[in-house]
Amino acid sequence: MRGLVICWMLIGGLGFLIFPWYVTGDGFFSINWILEYSLEDYGSVLPQVFINKKYWLLPILLPLIFPLATLKLNQNNPLYSKIFLYSGIIGFIYFFLQGFSIGIRGWNFEILQSIFGDVENQYGVGSGAVLTCCTFVFYITHGLSARGWLNGDNFIVGSIGSIIILVSTFVFFPIFRMFTVAFKGTEGGYEISNFSDKIFNKGIWGLDCLYSDYACGVFWNTITMGTLTAFSSTILGLGFALLIARTSFKFKRTIRILSVLPIITPPFVIGLAIIILFGRTGVVSSFLEWGFDIEPSRWIYGLPGIWFAQTLAFTPIAFLVLIGVVESVSPSMEEASQTLRASKWQVFKTVTLPLMRPGIANAFLLGFIESLADFGNPLVLGAEYDVLSTEIFFAIVGAQYDETKAAILAMILLSVVLVVFYLQNQWLGKKSYISISGKGDSGVHPELPNKTKWVIYSTVLPWALLTFIIYVMIMFGGFVEMWGVDHSFTLRHYIEAFSVDWVKERGFLWTGTAWNSFNTTFTIALISSLPTAAIGILTAYLLTRHKFKGKNAFEFGTMLSFAIPGSVIGVSYVFAFNVPPLELTGTGIILVIAFVFRNMPVGVRAGIAAMNQLDPHLDEASSTLNASSAQTFRNIILPLLKPAITASLVFSFVRAMTAISAVIFLVSANYDLAVSYILGRLENNDYGLAIVYSSALIVVMLITITLMQLIIGKRKLGRRDQAAGILQGNLG
Amino acid sequence: MKKAEVKFENITKKFNETTAVDNVSCKFEAGTLTTLLGPSGCGKTTSLRIIAGLERATSGKILVDDEDVTLLPATDRDVSMVFQSYALFPHMSVLENVSYGLKMINVNKEEYIQKSLETLKLVNLEGYENRMPSELSGGQQQRVAVARAIVLEPKVLLFDEPLSNLDAKLRRQVREDIREIQQKLGVTTIYVTHDQEEALAISDKVIVMNNAVIAQEGSPKDLYNFPKNKFVANFIGDANVVKAEILNKQSNSYELKIGEMKIKVQSDKNFEKTVSVALRPEKILINKDKKENSIHATVNNASFVGSSYQYILNSNAGKLFVISGETNDIFKVGEEVFLSINEEEVKILND
Repeated sequence: MRGLVICWMLIGGLGFLIFPWYVTGDGFFSINWILEYSLEDYGSVLPQVFINKKYWLLPILLPLIFPLATLKLNQNNPLYSKIFLYSGIIGFIYFFLQGFSIGIRGWNFEILQSIFGDVENQYGVGSGAVLTCCTFVFYITHGLSARGWLNGDNFIVGSIGSIIILVSTFVFFPIFRMFTVAFKGTEGGYEISNFSDKIFNKGIWGLDCLYSDYACGVFWNTITMGTLTAFSSTILGLGFALLIARTSFKFKRTIRILSVLPIITPPFVIGLAIIILFGRTGVVSSFLEWGFDIEPSRWIYGLPGIWFAQTLAFTPIAFLVLIGVVESVSPSMEEASQTLRASKWQVFKTVTLPLMRPGIANAFLLGFIESLADFGNPLVLGAEYDVLSTEIFFAIVGAQYDETKAAILAMILLSVVLVVFYLQNQWLGKKSYISISGKGDSGVHPELPNKTKWVIYSTVLPWALLTFIIYVMIMFGGFVEMWGVDHSFTLRHYIEAFSVDWVKERGFLWTGTAWNSFNTTFTIALISSLPTAAIGILTAYLLTRHKFKGKNAFEFGTMLSFAIPGSVIGVSYVFAFNVPPLELTGTGIILVIAFVFRNMPVGVRAGIAAMNQLDPHLDEASSTLNASSAQTFRNIILPLLKPAITASLVFSFVRAMTAISAVIFLVSANYDLAVSYILGRLENNDYGLAIVYSSALIVVMLITITLMQLIIGKRKLGRRDQAAGILQGNLG
Repeated sequence: MKKAEVKFENITKKFNETTAVDNVSCKFEAGTLTTLLGPSGCGKTTSLRIIAGLERATSGKILVDDEDVTLLPATDRDVSMVFQSYALFPHMSVLENVSYGLKMINVNKEEYIQKSLETLKLVNLEGYENRMPSELSGGQQQRVAVARAIVLEPKVLLFDEPLSNLDAKLRRQVREDIREIQQKLGVTTIYVTHDQEEALAISDKVIVMNNAVIAQEGSPKDLYNFPKNKFVANFIGDANVVKAEILNKQSNSYELKIGEMKIKVQSDKNFEKTVSVALRPEKILINKDKKENSIHATVNNASFVGSSYQYILNSNAGKLFVISGETNDIFKVGEEVFLSINEEEVKILND
């Protein structure tokens, strides 16, 4: 224990005395400061204080070294924990205050200026400041555990503390910043009038479309889109689920592939496919013109197109939720109903459907949330039909650059989604009729009534065929000159995107235009998957195995970012991390952070699912055998969770490869991502390249997922279908 | 092996509103095997987990050899536990499982392997050290769990319903093995079960718990022969608890009337009017012919269970459960019979 304390004191000391206190021009992790040391630019605290006159940094030293006094104290001495706790808190608060009150132009708040007079400016925190801050967090958690919190377990208290700090910094703080931006006046400062002008706006709430030719407000557009999509995807999802679970349809396995589609589909693919099928020069439109003289029109742009694309995109998600529901309706209840003289149709109507009702509502709400958060499809197909997620984007990147408007729209979107998320969790969580008990339920589900079966066949199968065609088109569309115009075979697009040249002396040259963004995407997705899985599994362990005060709030906090639409995250990151103390925009780090905190709930869910399958007696056995909680976590939990860890690694990797809505705000010239590159191609009507790139991404992700399933499938131990279950559960 | 005495001093454990253990004080003598016996939810497992350090008592003190360990986490207690589910680490071999605890306290490799092998020999699992837990039978897994616990030479060894996952035939064998090992090592052992037969067979002392408190404690024989209250009488050995009328009382000798039967029983406690008595089902004798001073009854139900017949009889003393070793000359449903019982087999219950 003493060793750990000294270790952290050293880390803090290094951060304070050696590492650069402020972020350097070459990036957070750059080690240039070692190579060309300059006290002015790369200085730690002391040079900053004496050369750059940042005297306010000096007091940080006090709480940092004060705990040295404990080295001679017994751990059980109440003074020991107090010294750590108070040093940590004071250090942390002071650090926090100085960071926020002094910005790039000196004082951030006028009132402070009038009290203290002028100060030098300061930049974002650098590695030194971060290390120092970590030491303060350690002091606080060590102080708490020395007081006997959670059985005095340093590892547990430390983990909880760190996760709280991380989630507050990267989830709650940006959202809070966004709220403050919403109240910003046009001339700087904060005003209510500007806020109310912008929020009570016809563009948001207007209902003109009901009685005139003008468009309705963006709020109503969004709600309409969400409701339509949720409705259609739930119906189709239920159809697919019944088809798989309750009929003797022959090609079930093929239909099952549906469940993987949403994971591997890059964001614009479906919109793109719809355009090349039904757009003005699309295949279907051309055929209709040629065969039936139907004038090609732009009907696909706007609500019909978005609805169409989103239904295609989200039906598999509804299917995944509903297949679980359909399969878990206990057959013995249906058999009971049959023995009570109910006909097939009566069984279905009076037992099966009512039992599935909460599950269906769940799929509906989920579809609604997904639709509202969707960014790619409305962007490609929306045309004049504005919805919240894209409006936020245009408010930031468009010609009108209006921070307040973006923040207000984001607030509205966030509120709607949170309300629905809350409904889904609270209301449905309690209402579920389905419980799988440990007792064997060996009954057989009855067949569907014939009429129902035929209704399902006739709606679901054509839809499956359409989905199939769309993916085939994407895979082969890259091989033609130009869709709708010139269908001759070519490798031109592939060469343009992914060509590699061999030059003597210089070796391989990645000359394709897509390589740059592809490599960035791949690297960043890979890097971000590690912390995502780590934080996810650790959080799951804390949530399932430890009782502590405020656990519910802790759980809510870690799961919250799951409900926040990507565009809201993206825009709030722009507001929060553009200025000191955390200057991250334009770096690769902000992309990694965005991925980590966006995908973390997935890791948490995977972890919780896997932890629930582990007998808690295993950890207890380990602790009665003298292992500390950290040792138990490492020796017992981690090895047994290997499948879950692999699954969440791969899953967060794949999600990071295809995420668009959050990162579109955060990409920069140095860190361009695949999705934003594709978007750029689309905006130039360069569909060939976009298709080629998308199909390449699909292939890469398919390979990754297949490899993962092979690796996990080979593991001897444990429940074999666990990882697959987790992968599917994540979508639900 | 070290022997330690474990003491509970006014231990209370609350989970939110429910009290799992209510102000319990008791002693577990050094080197003996004590059983905590009771129906599910009586607080026996919680008490065991408090000793292990897996739960923290809400109030009260727990002493191991007069050292207060109340606040010590499980990791730092010299106590090992065998879990109901065995909790063998599925990703480790038998040897790795057994040596896990030794590794955690940084015993060197040679020593922990040697010790683990010795312990495996003790539980008759020589040659199984490289198997995975999934390749063992239930009984073998159980023995690995025991080996893993005793290899650390703990001061106290805990068993949480160790036999409940074994089939009935194996249970008797394994419980004898456990008792044998315990006596060989002489380690203080605390054993939780809900099976009264198991408890009586294995223990030096039995503590019967009910509704979060101790109902009675004592040697197996004492508990069987002198149950203090209805709960213990009924829980151990399925005794019939019936009301008896006090006809006459002379110092500590009572004359009681049970049904039509009059009987003399000793008790130092003072009772008025009526008293509850326990009648063991195997001590009640059934006669075809009318007998002096007997209880008149009719057969309500008769079932054959192999070694004996079990009857339920309606009598003036209430419904009576009787076990009869006679399996040839049986009584039919509806038949009128006469029940008798020896004076010394009638036990007055204190409450």
